[in-house]
Amino acid sequence: MALLQISEPGESTAPHEHRFAVGIDLGTTNSLVATVRSGMSVVLSDELGRSLLPSVVCYGPQGVLSVGFEAQTHQAVDPKNTIVSVKRFMGRGVKDIAHIETMPYDFIEAEGMVRLRTVAGVKSPVEVSAEILKVLKARAEAALGGVLAGAVITVPAYFDDAQRQATKDAALLAGLNVLRLLNEPTAAAIAYGLDNAAEGIYAVYDLGGGTFDISILKLSKGIFEVLSTGGDSALGGDDFDHRVYCWIIEQADLQPLSHSDARLLLTRAREAKEYLTYHGEAPITVRLGSGEYVDVKLSTEKFSEITRTLVQKTLTPTKKALRDAGLSVAEVNGVVMVGGSTRMPQIQHAVGELFNQEPLNNLDPDKVVALGAATQANLLAGNRASNEDWLLLDVIPLSLGLETMGGLTEKIIPRNSTIPVARAQEFTTFKDGQTAMVIHVVQGERELIADCRSLARFELRGIPPMAAGAARIRVSFQVDADGLLSVSARELTSGHEARVEVKPSYGLSDDEIAGMLKEGFTHASEDAFRRALREAQVEAQRLLEATQTALAEDAGLLSMLERAHIDSCVARLQAVLVGDDRRAIDAAMATLNQATGEFAARRMNQSVRRALSGRKISEIQI
Amino acid sequence: MDFSQDHFALFDLPRRYAQDKSELERLYHEVLARVHPDKHAHLGDAQRRLAMQWATRVNEAYQTLRRPLSRAQYLLQLAGVDVEKARSMPAEFLMQQMEWRQAVAEMSEAGAVAELEKLHRRLKQEMEEQYKRLQSQLDAAGDASFHAAADTVRQLMFQEKLLGEIDDALEATEA
Ligand SMILES: Nc1ncnc2c1ncn2[C@@H]1O[C@H](COP(=O)(O)OP(=O)(O)OP(=O)(O)O)[C@@H](O)[C@H]1O
Ligand SMILES: [Mg+2]
Repeated sequence: MALLQISEPGESTAPHEHRFAVGIDLGTTNSLVATVRSGMSVVLSDELGRSLLPSVVCYGPQGVLSVGFEAQTHQAVDPKNTIVSVKRFMGRGVKDIAHIETMPYDFIEAEGMVRLRTVAGVKSPVEVSAEILKVLKARAEAALGGVLAGAVITVPAYFDDAQRQATKDAALLAGLNVLRLLNEPTAAAIAYGLDNAAEGIYAVYDLGGGTFDISILKLSKGIFEVLSTGGDSALGGDDFDHRVYCWIIEQADLQPLSHSDARLLLTRAREAKEYLTYHGEAPITVRLGSGEYVDVKLSTEKFSEITRTLVQKTLTPTKKALRDAGLSVAEVNGVVMVGGSTRMPQIQHAVGELFNQEPLNNLDPDKVVALGAATQANLLAGNRASNEDWLLLDVIPLSLGLETMGGLTEKIIPRNSTIPVARAQEFTTFKDGQTAMVIHVVQGERELIADCRSLARFELRGIPPMAAGAARIRVSFQVDADGLLSVSARELTSGHEARVEVKPSYGLSDDEIAGMLKEGFTHASEDAFRRALREAQVEAQRLLEATQTALAEDAGLLSMLERAHIDSCVARLQAVLVGDDRRAIDAAMATLNQATGEFAARRMNQSVRRALSGRKISEIQI
Repeated sequence: MDFSQDHFALFDLPRRYAQDKSELERLYHEVLARVHPDKHAHLGDAQRRLAMQWATRVNEAYQTLRRPLSRAQYLLQLAGVDVEKARSMPAEFLMQQMEWRQAVAEMSEAGAVAELEKLHRRLKQEMEEQYKRLQSQLDAAGDASFHAAADTVRQLMFQEKLLGEIDDALEATEA
């Protein structure tokens, strides 16, 4: 029996140039970059063969910047200018950050997101993260020997809109073309699922340095479907370190510590914690700058006792995620452990007990997220063969809603909705003659606005004066495949159009980012211009290739006139492509994109019709 | 994309309440595999936007048809029946709902897990009966009784809400 083969839209039937794409795990403690090479996902190492890049950025004197291991060595010497765990500040205000009083940084409260004052000037967490990403980008380009077509950046599944947007902004700032923001546990599930040909219900328990995620997935042939997700975006190994740190201070009866001593002691606390994974007792000895000498021993029992509530804090969201998925513990086929902190025996034990089975530890918990992200990046870049294709269905972790009268939340899109998703709701005016309406967008599960995270507040003006309750204002939410929200509002009763559209932005406006990027360029050499040109050329090449494939497959969907128009736009782009005018390339790409819009729509319609009639074809033997 | 197409037509399914759950899921995956933004990520802006619109539409259709209650509500909406304006609910139904809600509050206060679970089972059983009724009301050949179905839907909305409250109460006793 031979079945008709139908290729996916955009999937080239002819071999094309391999596009370099990477997956980046931008972690609280460690970051990694991975790619697919000859069909295998591999983590890329630095020149010394180290795959992990500590997520540490040091702004040194005289404008010397260091990232990673080098930066780490400055931690205790210059804690104020050595930023660790910056991920915990992404999309966060001063009041959101736990233990902020023990941190050595000079925080500045700013609208949307905190800033840090360093010797190199005021930095946003987005800029600090971008420094880490730049290093990984350079590492990838050196290893692959070419321009990157794009990157998949992972984020904790429980990251809210502000944290996701901040991550995407950091990637843009680092000059990366973001193919997708991918949830960390989902990336791990891809790596695990593909490696083990796993089918059934799986839980991914991801406890890293700064965040905790739990995702429940249904894996079936070629489909990764997230059923529910939960977590805590401010819970991780750092908090275990902090408990040990507090315990040491109490035990050794220490005076208030200087910033360097605090950083030193935190490092010792982490070392002790990691040591306890393999030993029954950890000696902690340290000579502080104050002259005080610490010499204490921490036993496994004591450590378990002082961190018990932290372990418990991961179990509550885990149970909730199961409930949200409508599943019982018995229905879970396997629990995949991800993140360095899952090495702790008490975590292994607690998870095993809850799920009533041994957790799965056969993947490297440090690398699995990056490896999964690389596979997805390869797929998104269009490097897939039809037999290694899969569909990934993910969800939003937190409900999205609006403020209504009395400071209450009206949910518009519930948590765990499969993305992309859109929902609209109508509202009306409260007073006679009201001509403007404040639209306050929030994220969270609580009834009271004050308990949810505020994402954006904007005003719809120009509502024609009417009696209270007569106007009809339609507010639409759209969440894209990255889990990012945009909101629009429109007054429907009058023909007169009152409309606003916002993309919530946190601290960094599009203009600010554009400004930073431009600044980067003016400081850069001729090299940077050549790079930008090369990137535009790669992008244009990609578009031409896709257009050619589409024309080869579905020319029949076009009239002669339409075809001629597209052909002329193709010719125009080909003509400017050989030159070095970047603007002309961008303009020609925009024209071609526009010219092929209707064609793309028809192809999509046809593809859907084929998908539906596919069942009929497959039932007929040929 | 034809926005006037209804959710059933989108999946090429008959417009009725009774649906094969696994067939619906299969069609959903089949269509989504073609239109999902991940399949178009390497293409131009216009195509990526189109993919997002399509996938959004397909997700909405699937979510509406997947759950029996929203599927029934949607069928009524297509038939032009406004569920909100359905006739008033029988007094004994309302009485029972009030009693049960009261009971849930008390059990939850007392942390009476076993009793909450028992109530949960009983409610579920009643709802199953209701859903069966709904099918005969909506799919009856010739003269589907939409107004009777609207009454059932309204009651089910109450019952689903109560079920959610019992779940919340059970969750609270666990914490
Ligand atoms: N042997 C060990 N025992 C206990 N903890 C460990 C061990 N090894 C690593 N860790 C902890 O794991 C954490 C780092 O894990 P990982 O690299 O997975 O985090 P991350 O990806 O950087 O963070 P996140 O995913 O939260 O953003 C640190 O807190 C580290 O102390
Ligand atoms: Mg991680």
